[in-house]
Amino acid sequence: MYNDKVMDHFFNPRNVGEVENPDGVGQVGNPICGDMMRITLKIKDNRIEDIKFRTFGCGAAIATSSMVTELVKGLTLEEALEVSNKHVAEALGGLPPQKLHCSNLAADAVRAAIKDYYEKQGIGTDIEIDEDHHHDRGHEEEENIAHNE
Amino acid sequence: MSSQPNARRQVYLDHSATTPVRPEVLAAMLPYFAGKFGNASSVHSWGYEAREAINDAREKVASLIEAAPNEILFTSGGTESDNLAIRGVARARKSKGNHLITSQIEHHAVLHTFEALQKEGFDVTFVPCDKYGLIDPDGVRKAIRKDTILISVMHGQNEVGTIEPVKEIGAIAREHGVLFHTDAVQSVGKVPINVNDMNIDLLTLSSHKIYGPKGVGALYVKRGVRLTPQLTGGAHERRMRAGTENVPGIVGFGEACRLAKAELPEESRRLTKLRDKLIEGILRQIPDVILNGHPVLRLPHNVNVSIKYLEGESILLNLDRMGVAASSGSACTSGSLEPSHVLLAMGLTHETAHGSLRFALGMSNTEEDIDYVLEVLPPIVEKLRAMSPIGPGSGL
Ligand SMILES: Cc1ncc(COP(=O)(O)O)c(C=O)c1O
Ligand code: FES
Repeated sequence: MYNDKVMDHFFNPRNVGEVENPDGVGQVGNPICGDMMRITLKIKDNRIEDIKFRTFGCGAAIATSSMVTELVKGLTLEEALEVSNKHVAEALGGLPPQKLHCSNLAADAVRAAIKDYYEKQGIGTDIEIDEDHHHDRGHEEEENIAHNE
Repeated sequence: MSSQPNARRQVYLDHSATTPVRPEVLAAMLPYFAGKFGNASSVHSWGYEAREAINDAREKVASLIEAAPNEILFTSGGTESDNLAIRGVARARKSKGNHLITSQIEHHAVLHTFEALQKEGFDVTFVPCDKYGLIDPDGVRKAIRKDTILISVMHGQNEVGTIEPVKEIGAIAREHGVLFHTDAVQSVGKVPINVNDMNIDLLTLSSHKIYGPKGVGALYVKRGVRLTPQLTGGAHERRMRAGTENVPGIVGFGEACRLAKAELPEESRRLTKLRDKLIEGILRQIPDVILNGHPVLRLPHNVNVSIKYLEGESILLNLDRMGVAASSGSACTSGSLEPSHVLLAMGLTHETAHGSLRFALGMSNTEEDIDYVLEVLPPIVEKLRAMSPIGPGSGL
């Protein structure tokens, strides 16, 4: 079901855990299937110096979490905010269609952590954690692969 | 299975999904593909040979559930048998009433059939279960109305293994002049079934769960029960189910039933022992695990646990890599992104349903298999829990 790259990130996830004394914490839940992801950030000179994740979810959720930490580590906050769900899925070489929503969790958690950092610093921000886009990737066509036995 | 680099054993524990065709069954089927290829409706020796083979299989299937051979209709599997029983009775008895009763924990083959009938205008009551997945016969009794024409409650629950009190429900149905169907796909061959003692009017069987081939099954229809056929055409299967018979499949199914009957007491005892060893081992070795389903009224081959703070698919992928096949009722594995309706009906939270794991034992499994699972599962759980943002393992 998953490609080798996804499996690699799933079995050997990068940046698992919690950074000590984080500058920003983002925790988001997946409204579609009830999974959860937590990101902790260490920020230095407007860059993501360290990032760690924890995820309660499927193989794709864990792999996208791992991938997003690799993608944003070392980036400026502005650059990190540009990383989209689509980038994460592409960097993994694609996800099965019914699993595309899992990558939403990862990008959202990073945005939420950056937002938390800005707020703690008293910096005004207009970052929104958009709940609506979760529904833009349908699974309707996948429903007939349900696990029936 | 190149994706199992660390597997030291192959342990198939998904026998509720399907089973391999056993060698004796395959051997019985082989002559009927090319050599004995006749159409059972034909009036010549080729046809006669096929008809004899089907009759012989019918006797074997009937014998497994203590029915008469002419009460068995061959179908394309459990799904078709469920459809034929439910739609067939609903349509045949429509003039008698418009109300149907089933449970919330049926297999989709039953549940979606009732939902379709609901859209056609039938009234359907879906009775709930308790926290063990048990249906209360008294709840069924209370749901009965003057216009109730059919009750369908499964025998062995396919996900959590709970064995339902079908004999009591059948007695209540009979008392009220209502027909009673049960889906026994998971219990056939695992626990003794006597359709007469158990007050059953219609019963669904499937071949591929008992080491027969896929795509064949049967419906027991008690003598005198009328059905409206759902497949119309030739005069096959007492005009109840048109279509040239799948002779090799039926022969294999018959042989599978014969073997299941012969081995049932011994195999059922053996599986129960392995089941309890696996349940006890998991509960002892892994903290924060709950057993789903009834502790005692349980199919001999079913183990279902929820590993808290984890999601099922992530455990299955790790197990597969170690050579172990299992399944989960997690939303992430369902395709519909909703957790199992059975676990939710039992009152599990979405989160606990997420971490459900089913191990379904079978003929090939040994004590060594169970030891192996008990060796590989705890480290997988530990590793994934350390990654989870919830639960005590997260340190948060
Ligand atoms: C309880 C139950 N009913 C019905 C079915 C459907 O049977 P089949 O796969 O033969 O259509 C299954 C298994 O898939 C089952 O477990
Ligand atoms: S997190 Fe549930 S399907 Fe991926």
